[in-house]
Amino acid sequence: MLAYYLELALRSLKRSPGLTALMVLAIGFGVAASMTTWSVFRAVSGDPIPWKSSQLFVPQIDAWGPKGHRGGDDNEPQDAMNYTDAMALMRDHRAKRQSAMYQISPSVVPAQAGKHPLNVGGHAVYSEFFPMLDAPFLYGSGWDAQDDAQRAAVVVISSKLNEKLFGAVNSVGKTVNIEGKDYRVVGVLDNWNPQPRFYDVVNTGGFSEQVEDVFIPFERAIAVGIPNDGNTNCSETPKESGFVGLQQSSCIWIAYMAELEDAAAVTAYRQYLDGYARAQQTAGRFTWAPNNKLRDLPAFLDHEQVVPSDTKVSLLVALGLLLVCLVNTVGLLLAKFLRRSGEIGVRRALGAPRKAIYLQFLTEAGVVGLTGGVLGLLLTGVGVASVGMVLPKSISDLARLDLSLLVVTLVVAVLATLLAGLYPTFRASRVQPAWQLKSN
Amino acid sequence: MDILPIFSTLRRHKITALLLVLEIALTCAIVCNAVFLISQRLQRTEMASGVAEHELLQVQVANIGKPANGKSRAQEDLALLRQVPGVTAAALVNQVPFTNSSSNTSIKLDPAQKLPTLNATMYMGEGLIASFGARLVAGRDFTADEYLDYDDMRSNPELQNKVGSVVITQALGERLWPGQSALGRNIYMGDTSVRVIGVVQSLIRPSLFMGDDAAQWTMVFPLRLSAASASRYVLRTAPDQRQQVLSEAAKVLRKADPHRIVLKKDTLDDIRGAFFQNDRAMAGILVGVIAALLIVTALGIVGLASFWVAQRRRTIGVRRALGATRRNILNYFQTENFLLATIGIVLGMVLAYGINLFLMTRYELPRLPGMYFPMGAIALWLIGQLAVLGPALRAAAVPPVVATRSV
Repeated sequence: MLAYYLELALRSLKRSPGLTALMVLAIGFGVAASMTTWSVFRAVSGDPIPWKSSQLFVPQIDAWGPKGHRGGDDNEPQDAMNYTDAMALMRDHRAKRQSAMYQISPSVVPAQAGKHPLNVGGHAVYSEFFPMLDAPFLYGSGWDAQDDAQRAAVVVISSKLNEKLFGAVNSVGKTVNIEGKDYRVVGVLDNWNPQPRFYDVVNTGGFSEQVEDVFIPFERAIAVGIPNDGNTNCSETPKESGFVGLQQSSCIWIAYMAELEDAAAVTAYRQYLDGYARAQQTAGRFTWAPNNKLRDLPAFLDHEQVVPSDTKVSLLVALGLLLVCLVNTVGLLLAKFLRRSGEIGVRRALGAPRKAIYLQFLTEAGVVGLTGGVLGLLLTGVGVASVGMVLPKSISDLARLDLSLLVVTLVVAVLATLLAGLYPTFRASRVQPAWQLKSN
Repeated sequence: MDILPIFSTLRRHKITALLLVLEIALTCAIVCNAVFLISQRLQRTEMASGVAEHELLQVQVANIGKPANGKSRAQEDLALLRQVPGVTAAALVNQVPFTNSSSNTSIKLDPAQKLPTLNATMYMGEGLIASFGARLVAGRDFTADEYLDYDDMRSNPELQNKVGSVVITQALGERLWPGQSALGRNIYMGDTSVRVIGVVQSLIRPSLFMGDDAAQWTMVFPLRLSAASASRYVLRTAPDQRQQVLSEAAKVLRKADPHRIVLKKDTLDDIRGAFFQNDRAMAGILVGVIAALLIVTALGIVGLASFWVAQRRRTIGVRRALGATRRNILNYFQTENFLLATIGIVLGMVLAYGINLFLMTRYELPRLPGMYFPMGAIALWLIGQLAVLGPALRAAAVPPVVATRSV
């Protein structure tokens, strides 16, 4: 029976090619526009580490007090840490894993003579950084707690830097010259470029085109004075100058992340933070009551407004377009179906139940939806390919045409058209057979 | 013009008419808001910088390790850069407009004040004002002997009190001392104070992280930078010599000290272009969506009007047989469309206002100016009339003889 309805549908659509083309175009356009913007939105609002994000937490300690707040009711503690607090938290080591980190941008001098020095990006981190974030290794592994303590000259490099320096072989054990000093390679990361750059949102703003090329032990970087390349924010001018002065100041420039396994651990850590702040208050370093925050990663990303509000607005606009296309399709289908009252009258008089009419016309709507969906797919492909022309590379690179997007596009198109077809079909099935037959 | 018959016809096609009205309303609402968003974005990209944009170049370098003698390195570099053919001015500065790196500080008008007045950006570098081409509107630029070495000040905080003078923008002066001259007044930062000796018309802060309202809250200090404390060389040249000067300057800097990397070399026009890329992207996407919307709406009107014309062929024939002219028939459909469009537009205005309210609360957008409403109305009336013209002409071409044929 369905095959027969399909044939009927095709025949009817062929009878008015103009109207059919209009409907298919409208559905195709609407679906493509909303799917293209959705792909961008999904890319930027996605969870960068879904299997673990609920266990990763960003502690915030108010080290500036009321005078450092933005004013009004805003009582939000700073989103990064100063050196004193970060080191105290690392020393106390209360979470399962944790790492303080800061952004660095050292120069790497290739061993081969005649090659130009490279300026690379990276982070100074603690050993627990790698297991905490499940960083994938191509060769070797991260360093251990002992290397942290000894300020060992070890480095984890990206596969890209590995390729550039050593030609894509296992370079574990070889040395890299960073800022004029030799570092032993202990691990090579396997294409690790999480977006958003969730472990250091404060410095990257969430998205960064640059791959992180080097990771070195935090205390090593401090000891040899590799300066902070990220943001520094101060509520008062540091008393001493330079990088050492920065470490002694209340300026914030260090990102911090802790892994807490369950609700009990989170509660305990919260209490620990408050206890720490209270101790600072007692010691006279803070002159205000403890004001800490401990957000999990999704909440922190949301707080930092990692998803650009632009993408949200354009998603809304595209959904508006889809809505208009739907209304348009409802109107056109209605026009088309009502024109066939005579045909419906004959079918009903010959004994077709309402259900059969429903099935027939929904099949026709479905065919339009499917065709519109296929057109929408093509247009979405074009759309996703061309977002690179208008959006910054760091974001447009994330928007991909994958299987799930294709499936969603088709399903949205068919569902939308069926939805649009419901009312016209309802109207069609209400046609009174006797009336239609008589008037003819 | 008979409007009543049109209403009675429309009453028989309530749902289709309603759909058309709804479509026009939605389109009107979205187009009004989207055009407003576009104009906002484009306006933002036009933001004045106060510098000679088409003449400026930036070369940024990175040292491998700390340069041994930063001060002399910087003077030597600048001397070499000034010799590059075409260069009219060169300066080593801490920050450049339209980049996302900046130094900022909180300032007070009274040292006893508990909370700072505002946060302003700090430009420094010898000869910065002249090299940037910022226009002085009051007071004077710094004299050569006013400059202090930034490196000395960093190692000896006592010297901070010796800085003494500052040049600010007109906008900052107006914000701090509304309606009064800023010259000779004091600005306090921590324990030190500086006196305003000059006012420039405009000088934008590098990153707009404090929002666009604070874009012109700028101070320039008489501090001389060294190659150890700054990395941005700014050159000024004739617009048509920029590319040539840029590659020559990079070559000169690399040659003078092989222990460094030229990180970036750009014209300020390119830097500005990249800075506002997001805004232009957003405007581009919205233009595309508006075009798609208007096309879809126009197609919808064409489709429904064609359907109505086909359905009413006999009625039209009868009217024609009873003496109606072609023009009467044409006018009938045009009026019908005009009526529907008007209802849709009225609804659309309300909806547009609602959407704008939502965007205002959720995304901190400004209020939609009243002028967008009539513009949206005219656009949709025009599109409606254009779209209905084809079907209406077809209707007008229906011969009276149709009335006498049965089906």
